[in-house]
Amino acid sequence: MKQLPKEYYTLLEELQALDFTILELNLYLDTHPGDKATVEQYNTLTGARKKVKKEFEKQFGPLTSFGYSYSPYPFHWKEAPWPWQV
Amino acid sequence: MWIYEKKLQYPVRVSTCNPKLAKLLIEQYGGADGELAAALRYLNQRYTIPDKVIGLLNDIGTEEFAHLEMIATMVYKLTKDATPDQLEAAGLDRHYVDHEKALHYHDAAGVPWTATYIQAKGDPIADIYEDIAAEEKARATYQWIINLSDDPDLNDGLRFLREREIIHSQRFREAAQILIEERNRKKIF
Repeated sequence: MKQLPKEYYTLLEELQALDFTILELNLYLDTHPGDKATVEQYNTLTGARKKVKKEFEKQFGPLTSFGYSYSPYPFHWKEAPWPWQV
Repeated sequence: MWIYEKKLQYPVRVSTCNPKLAKLLIEQYGGADGELAAALRYLNQRYTIPDKVIGLLNDIGTEEFAHLEMIATMVYKLTKDATPDQLEAAGLDRHYVDHEKALHYHDAAGVPWTATYIQAKGDPIADIYEDIAAEEKARATYQWIINLSDDPDLNDGLRFLREREIIHSQRFREAAQILIEERNRKKIF
C-alpha cells in the first residue's frame, strides 16, 4: 500500500459523497425526467463535483484518462494510485 | 463507451488478512447472483427493453461494475498478505494451484461463472421481474456474508453494497409499473 497524505482520503471521500448523491438523483431522473427541481439539484452538484475533481487531480494526478483529464509531461495517468492499492 | 475513473464508489477497508472471508466473498464476484452477473444482465437486456427504462438499466448496469471493483478490492486486500499455508488453511489451496492469488470469476464453492446464470427474454415484464429478483437475491447474499463476517471494516463496505441492492430493487419495481402501464395503454387500440 502506498503511503498517502490524509488529504488524499479527505478529498476522495468528498468526491465519493457528491457522487453518491449525483448517482441517486440520476437513477431517479432516469424514470422521472420531468422533475425540474431535481434536475436543478443534479446540475448544481455536477458543478460542485467538477471543482472537487479538479482540486484532487491537481494534487494527486488524473482521475480519468481517454481525454477526460489533462496530463502533465511525462504522461501522468499512472501517478495516482489504483483504488485497490490504497 | 465507458470512461474509467480511478476511485471506488465507496471506501473499502479491511481489518486483517482473512483468506477465509475472501473465499466466501468471491460469491459476489463470480456467483450466480453476484455483481458480474448483474452488470452483464442489465447491460445486455437494455438493447431491447422499451425506451422508458433503457436509461435505468444502462445506469444500474454501470453501477454494478463499480460494485464488482469494490468486491475485487475486498478480496485482494483480504488475501494479499496471506502465505500459501494460510490460504490452504482457509480452503483456498485448490484456488492457489490454479490462480495463485489472482482473482477469478467463480462462486464460493469454486464453480466458474456461466452465462446460464442470466437471461434476456425480450419480454419487458419478464426481464424486469428477473432484475428485481436478482437484486433481492444479491441483497440476501450480502446479508448471509455479513452474518458470517467478524470484520467491522469490511462489514461497513458490505452494508453499503447491501443497501444499494435495496435501492436498485425499488427502482426496478417502479420501472415494472411503468412497463405495465405502457403495455395496458397499447391494449386500448
